[in-house]
Amino acid sequence: MMSNCKSPAGIDRSEKRFTWILTASGAFIVVLLIAIFFTLFITALPAIKKFGLTFLISKSWNATAESFGSLPFLVGTLLTSFLALIIAIPFSISISMFLGEYCKEGAISNFLRSAIEVLAGIPSVIYGLWGIFLLVPLVRSLEMQLGIVPYGVGILTSSLILAIMVIPFSASLGREVISLVPGDLKEAAYSLGATRFEVMKNIVIPYARSGIIAGILLAFGRAIGETMAVTMLIGNSSFLPTSIFSPANTMASVIANQFSEATGIVASSLIYIALVLFLVTTIVNIIGNYVIHKISIEASKEVT
Amino acid sequence: MEKQINIRLFKDTLFKGLVCLFAFASALPLFLILYYITKNGIAVINWDFLFNLPRPIGESGGGIGSAIVGTIMLIILSGVISIPFGIATGIYLSEQKKGKLSSIVRLCVIVLQGTPSIVIGIIAYIWVVLPLKTFSAMSGGIALSIMMLPVIIKTTEETLKLIPYHLKEASLALGVPYYKTMLKVILPAGLSGIVTGILLSIARITGETAPLLFTAFGNQFMNLNILKPIDSLPYRIFYYAMSPYPEWHTFAWGASFILVVFTLVFNLIARGISAKWKTQF
Repeated sequence: MMSNCKSPAGIDRSEKRFTWILTASGAFIVVLLIAIFFTLFITALPAIKKFGLTFLISKSWNATAESFGSLPFLVGTLLTSFLALIIAIPFSISISMFLGEYCKEGAISNFLRSAIEVLAGIPSVIYGLWGIFLLVPLVRSLEMQLGIVPYGVGILTSSLILAIMVIPFSASLGREVISLVPGDLKEAAYSLGATRFEVMKNIVIPYARSGIIAGILLAFGRAIGETMAVTMLIGNSSFLPTSIFSPANTMASVIANQFSEATGIVASSLIYIALVLFLVTTIVNIIGNYVIHKISIEASKEVT
Repeated sequence: MEKQINIRLFKDTLFKGLVCLFAFASALPLFLILYYITKNGIAVINWDFLFNLPRPIGESGGGIGSAIVGTIMLIILSGVISIPFGIATGIYLSEQKKGKLSSIVRLCVIVLQGTPSIVIGIIAYIWVVLPLKTFSAMSGGIALSIMMLPVIIKTTEETLKLIPYHLKEASLALGVPYYKTMLKVILPAGLSGIVTGILLSIARITGETAPLLFTAFGNQFMNLNILKPIDSLPYRIFYYAMSPYPEWHTFAWGASFILVVFTLVFNLIARGISAKWKTQF
């Protein structure tokens, strides 16, 4: 009977090998991430040793004097990302409310949903190219009207393009949490005579608040790491930005602009910046996903 | 009383109007971008543009043939590296729903997905370019495959989780060993979802430029050697867009048109597959 079967021992061995491969490839991801961290840390070590944590608050980036500080880039990153979020939030919340509440299905909402999805899929370099030819002249003419040096490129231009790029990310999460708001809560408010606006303001938004905040956090994580479009529009300046119109550099764009010519301590400093960027996005992503995880657990509790 | 109600109704209408306005205003950039790309890009596209090599400035003509070949090579390279790992990890996560290692792996996938592409570019530079002492298609493929991994893992895991348990039980009850059940029953059942994930991840990396800046680097000549620098569409767009020459700017638009068509086609096929062969039980 057993003769024309594979022996149980043979099956056992394949079985073990299969489980081993699966576990190993799972463990590989963990190893990969740890390796990324240590590679960045070790190659940045000369700069870490030389500048320490003052690297983060020193504002001089001077290759001839060999003194490096990342404050201009930190400020540039935070300014562009926050400005982008401030611009993007009204739009993305409107989309989430429109798709999650006002117009859940039908041709119009399908159209808007696909448009947002396509917007999310357009490569960042094309956003940059488009920005150069449409946004830069627009911002330049605005600057001329205001009587400022008309660079055209700068923090405002980058923030505008970043805002367009992050809208889809916060909007899709926002739509999901808004459509998760239990119907009986809304119906109770309606039956008391509330208008739709009042239901939105007092029921839907407070209920979906943590999800919307998670969406904004994830959008923030994306905005600080975005490279190409910003590199093309920010103007590549290593000085501390003085206004939202001045050219600057973000952490990602300074690496893109200068890493290919960098050697020695410059390269090491740039990798130090990459390490900081990596850690910040990691923390932002973990917090954002923790919030999402909590919401999904709460939602599944409510169903049962 | 009447006045109060009217104010509230007015507020309601105003708010609805604002929501609609903002929602549709955010779709506007998409149409502006598509309009610009078509208007400026379609005029330069012809056989010459699609198949020729880039020429130095001063000579008219020339094209993006090497960039298209390079992009296809990079997609194949990164796919070969990341698809097996991605699917295996996806199976692992869908099988080990609880457990310490699997929750750590899940966290790592999330972190990897959020890692900025420029950081991954630097990593590939340190790992591959420095030891080999040359920019190469290989290093670009490795950088892109790290970016593909999280998408493939996530979609594989989500798809396999949807497959009902009785399918597995039925197979095991017939005496089929566990690994054969997984490979011959569960995996084929979720194939459409996995293929969708792979296509989406390809659509994601096709337009990535930042990881290629210090890895694949760009090359004016046709190159099929994976240990030499290679051109790619997004890099060529970046290079042309940052140049001061108007003729190159129109080339950038033309290349953008091709790149958008590439990514849209991958997205559409992915959607078509998931709509037509949806994993249903």
